[in-house]
Amino acid sequence: MTREHGNSFYGPLDDPAADAGHLDHPPRVGFFTDTSVCIGCKACEVACKEWNDVPEDGLGLLGMSFDNTGMLGASSWRHVAFIEQQRPLGGQDAGLSALPTGPSVTDAQEEVVADALRGTERGGGELGTAPVDLGFPSFDLPGAATGAETRTDFRWLMSSDVCKHCTHAGCLDVCPTGALFRTEFSTVVVQQDICNGCGYCVSGCPYGVIDRRPDDGRAWKCTLCYDRLRGGLEPACAKACPTDSIQFGVLDELRERADRRLEQLHGAGVAEARLYGRDPDDGVGGDGAFFLLLDEPEVYGLPPDPVVPTRDLPDMWRYAGVAASALLAAAAAVFVGGGGRR
Amino acid sequence: MGSNMAEAHPVGFQWVMEAKARGARVIHIDPRFTRTSAHADQHVTLRAGTDIAFLGGVINHILSQGLDFREYVRAYTNASFLLSEDYRDTEDLDGLFSGYDPHTGAYDTASWTYESVQAAEHPSHQDMEQSAPYRHGAAGPTVEGTDRDIAADPSLAHPRCVFQVLKRHYARYTPEMVERICGVPRELFLDVCRAWTANSGRKHTTALVYSVGWTQHSVGAQYIRAGAIVQLLLGNIGRPGGGIYALRGHASIQGSTDIPTLFNLLPGYLPMPDTGHEDLAAYVDAIGPHHAKGYWGHADAYTVSLLKEYWGEAATAENDYCFDYLPRINGDHGTYRTVMDMVEGKVSGYFLLGQNPAVGSAHGRLQRLGMANLDWLVVRDITMIESATFWKDAPEIETGEIAADRCRTEVFFFPAAAHVEKSGTFTQTQRMLQWRDQAVEPAGDQRSELWFFHQLGRRLKEKLAGSADERDRPLLDLAWDYRMEGDEPDPADVLRHINGIDLATGRTVGGYTDLKADGSTSCGCWIYSGVYADEVNQARRRRPRFEQGPYDAEWGWTWPMNRRVLYNRASADPEGRPWSERKALIWWDEEKAEWTGNDVPDFERTKPPHYRPPDGASGPEALRGDDAFIMMTDGKAWLFAPSGVVDGPLPTHYEPHESPVRNLLYGQQGNPVRKVYGRPDNPSNPAPPEAHGEVFPYVFTAARLTEHHTAGGMSRQLPYLAELQPELFVEVSPELAAERGLVHLDWAHVITSRTAVEARVCVTDRMAPLRIDGRTVHQVWMPYHWGNTGLVTGDVVNDLIGVVADPNVLIQESKVLTCDVRPGRRPRGPALLEYVRDYRRRAGITPETGTRIMTAGEGDGPPHTEPGPPQESP
Amino acid sequence: MGVKRWLEAWPVYRQLTGTDPLGRGKAAQSARSAGLAPRTEGADRVADSVCPYCAVGCAQRVYVKDERVVQIEGNPDSPISRGRLCPKGSASKQLVTGPHRERKVRYRPPYGTEWQDLDLDTAMDMVADRVLAARRKGWQDTDEAGRKLRRTMGIASLGGATLDNEENYLIKKLFTALGALQVENQARI
Repeated sequence: MTREHGNSFYGPLDDPAADAGHLDHPPRVGFFTDTSVCIGCKACEVACKEWNDVPEDGLGLLGMSFDNTGMLGASSWRHVAFIEQQRPLGGQDAGLSALPTGPSVTDAQEEVVADALRGTERGGGELGTAPVDLGFPSFDLPGAATGAETRTDFRWLMSSDVCKHCTHAGCLDVCPTGALFRTEFSTVVVQQDICNGCGYCVSGCPYGVIDRRPDDGRAWKCTLCYDRLRGGLEPACAKACPTDSIQFGVLDELRERADRRLEQLHGAGVAEARLYGRDPDDGVGGDGAFFLLLDEPEVYGLPPDPVVPTRDLPDMWRYAGVAASALLAAAAAVFVGGGGRR
Repeated sequence: MGSNMAEAHPVGFQWVMEAKARGARVIHIDPRFTRTSAHADQHVTLRAGTDIAFLGGVINHILSQGLDFREYVRAYTNASFLLSEDYRDTEDLDGLFSGYDPHTGAYDTASWTYESVQAAEHPSHQDMEQSAPYRHGAAGPTVEGTDRDIAADPSLAHPRCVFQVLKRHYARYTPEMVERICGVPRELFLDVCRAWTANSGRKHTTALVYSVGWTQHSVGAQYIRAGAIVQLLLGNIGRPGGGIYALRGHASIQGSTDIPTLFNLLPGYLPMPDTGHEDLAAYVDAIGPHHAKGYWGHADAYTVSLLKEYWGEAATAENDYCFDYLPRINGDHGTYRTVMDMVEGKVSGYFLLGQNPAVGSAHGRLQRLGMANLDWLVVRDITMIESATFWKDAPEIETGEIAADRCRTEVFFFPAAAHVEKSGTFTQTQRMLQWRDQAVEPAGDQRSELWFFHQLGRRLKEKLAGSADERDRPLLDLAWDYRMEGDEPDPADVLRHINGIDLATGRTVGGYTDLKADGSTSCGCWIYSGVYADEVNQARRRRPRFEQGPYDAEWGWTWPMNRRVLYNRASADPEGRPWSERKALIWWDEEKAEWTGNDVPDFERTKPPHYRPPDGASGPEALRGDDAFIMMTDGKAWLFAPSGVVDGPLPTHYEPHESPVRNLLYGQQGNPVRKVYGRPDNPSNPAPPEAHGEVFPYVFTAARLTEHHTAGGMSRQLPYLAELQPELFVEVSPELAAERGLVHLDWAHVITSRTAVEARVCVTDRMAPLRIDGRTVHQVWMPYHWGNTGLVTGDVVNDLIGVVADPNVLIQESKVLTCDVRPGRRPRGPALLEYVRDYRRRAGITPETGTRIMTAGEGDGPPHTEPGPPQESP
Repeated sequence: MGVKRWLEAWPVYRQLTGTDPLGRGKAAQSARSAGLAPRTEGADRVADSVCPYCAVGCAQRVYVKDERVVQIEGNPDSPISRGRLCPKGSASKQLVTGPHRERKVRYRPPYGTEWQDLDLDTAMDMVADRVLAARRKGWQDTDEAGRKLRRTMGIASLGGATLDNEENYLIKKLFTALGALQVENQARI
């Protein structure tokens, strides 16, 4: 285990599973989602729900292009975003950047969208199309253009979002019950037999991924199909994905693959292609699920610079160290003493 | 073109994405910007219903620039054949071909033939009604004589040779004309032409994909003909990476055409006999006489073997193998005709087998009114569908047109077994049969169709036992004794009988070439013969792709004879050498003296390239060693169709039945032989030259979404799919939204002369107005998956669509019509009827509207109306 | 439960004595998590099948446990689909196991306002009687010119594009023997 300038709560961390006590563990696995080949079919959303018995998450039409899921949440562990862009690339803001990414129980989801709609010029038609910028509508007056010619630069981006399984997972680090844990695969999983629904994790996630279900109160999110991994199977979403936009594998290999793909796209003139969550030096120590995007992260509803909220925890611990040590020592003394050793 | 492959066939689209990753250029030509367009290198928006103008432009580009693959064209197509002097082109007759009769609205096709060939026949009006090409099997009717008799000019210079006729026919389909008709900027159009031609030839091939965006038109068959002409001119047929892919929409819709549940076909594209076929000899002589060249010359063996499978030992040479037992067709008995007959009380009982016409067929209202006027209706489905419950919850309940206590139709609903609850084969879109193993038993009363129809047949036989009525003989003599598994036939045994059996040995035959016309073999579907060769269920083969060659020949079984690429003889040059190493598929191996390669040769294995038939040869023997198109009666692919197509030997741009613009190429506005049903209950929106088209100013098209399936019976009930597309919407451009005051996510309704349906507005830049001949034309579209049952409900979009059909195949024109769009919800109850009536009044619509199908020249053709129920006068 | 196991099950113990002093990994793993396995592993059998939606023909594996379908997913061996499925194919388990499936015959008499129950055998018999009656009612021996028709126009059928070839074969065969020819399917639509 190397920690050049990182630690258990922040910075690069080569082996999160070992850091979490898994000796002799399998390599870290994750997702590389190449959004440049996503066809927006949503097979990932359905395959995830079928495998994990995730309930239906609301039957409302959101009007955000073909996206009727809205965002990740307790009952949507995969979410395909659709972004319609009328302009050629470069500084394009898809209008979704103003939307928060969670929490996402159905009511909140609809409220968020409704709020966004009220503030737009074309009743929301431009959502995912153009900047939400009241002063500069992005289209000409009716009849001034005949569409076909003027929309040759039009593009429609699709991207399947998922829990990032961060190297430093805010949800996990703030969980007081041990419900959230780091698996031997370095993924982050909520254990439903332990979760008591306190909800600390919801505010601990810098991506707004994890959420509580209104009916049972517990927190739910992508497990990266922990049960399937234990049986040597790839996660349901990656298996279903018709175009291999969602690729599952050993994280190191995925990163290499992603680097090659990026190089290939840059070579092909797709200068705007970039990796998101690939960098171990970022605010969460790199993501276990990272992405190739064709625009700024905000365009896809992703935070541009996520930082784990426990970044400063070691410092805080240092200040509180004496008290904490005393408490732990006392606890250990009581229980170890009481249990005895054989 | 005419396909939204990424959305309708997502898993198939992985191969397009893979081709793209390997450097293929993907072009999507479609009225809508879809998830397919999003991944194309180029998307070309064109006005719905103008694909032939576009393709004609491509043909003109190829011919005027000399970009055709000349060696291929000369060797494998009928380009060099001379046409009869009597033939007149649309260029001569203002959009009509020679032989048109305005009163019957049909062609006498006698003049559309080769110069030195006796016209095989003169299709009558009745033939047209019967969907003529199917009447003659897949190859179309015979052309008398062999190619030795056909006058030809190999230099392709003779003014009457097909090549020159083709050139003249499309000469006015210029880039400028394409721009004016289709709304495609000429530079964009030329870009497509350049890409298509540059990626075809010896070393390259281009594949063409279409779906129901091409078939559901009043000129649908000709769309496909136009695509075929381009692909033939560029040498893209029968070659790897080439071809025309008809992507079909349902698990076994290919199978239900091969083994048809269609009125005009018997299994294997043998036509249903009609009143002209007095006996077996007359029938065989009409569909594939012995002296005909090619594999239809064995039609007698296919037919007799089918009759032997149907009637077993009762079928003998003495009684013409029970040919007489077959019912005869004598006109249009298609599903839309039948529904109109239901409205008129002519039909007593109706079976719906996994089909939901109340939502899924055009003119849903007519469908429901028809079903409400039956003696009885049997619905078999896995879930309760609108077609089973129309008597209590159809939209017509609200308008007062149907009332449960006044609706006489007796309804039986039988729950069906699902795909995992029975074994059997589906035939997928590339003609591959794949066997499914049963996983679990169905529950309760759920049963397969196999059980249901076998039971029904058994009970009918019991009830008629002892009948002396000659009319009951076909049923009483019917061979109905398949191997049983419990109380259900073993589907594998049914497949064995479809494959065919040598009646002397009792063993399965190896393929259709083993079939005999002497009653010694039986075969349920000759093109499927081989699927149970060697007593092995070949469709059940599942050798993993990791362990196979590039053509995966041991996964499933593809008809015919497990060939993956049809007409693959054309992948080699006339001498039998691959056109290029890169595009090698099969070739002649001189040493072994046989055809070999990566695929099963679609050619006699040992016939050498230089083979020339002896005098008097017939059938396959008459095929030359370079006649790659072995099912065609002249061995050639048809650029010009001398017969078999009822609406013209060459595809011609006609405006859709409902169109906002006048045909810019000809006086003839629409397809002059399209099938119109001019009835009060089937009104049409006016189209030029008729007046008042402005009442319905917008172009409408309907389509599918990835997240739903057809009429929704298999998706609206599922929470995981329903939540992904929960509500019916109508997509409009920002420009149209501004013009009509439509607000994103608010309600709007779409109106045609049939009805109005309401939906949420989706304003999107994916919809773009087009400039058509100097004016702006807006297009709108709606998905059609909703109805009034299920987790998510909505108006039935098919209610907007009237019935007008392609005359070749009787498929309705549901991909393009005209409409109006207004903000807000539609009126409800009887007010809806009044609202639509008012639209009809303003547009001056009568049952005659749209039925004066001949508009060429000076004349104004007669209307083609029919009596309908006395209702709905404007 | 022995004292040791009881103690070892207590996360704080594991946290302090194990390799996971912060209690975020191994020490926090619950007994349920430690015993997790994919439910497909417990299947009694796996049936090879094909997706029932569109015509691509994606191969499916159907996992059965206690005579119930517990999972349907793609079969990677397939050269057509390579194990992948679209959203509809991925929803196949819900399609075949969901509460929308009807299990009983339903019957609505003429002028009835509600569904009634009917047993399958009776229903089959009633349909057989009606088929014969409708066949007679719509029977045509010859046309006006005296040419043979030998058919009935009293019975029509629509469907078959999601049915098996073997089923379509029997449907066409039986209807043809009955003289019923208004037999159509989605391919016309």
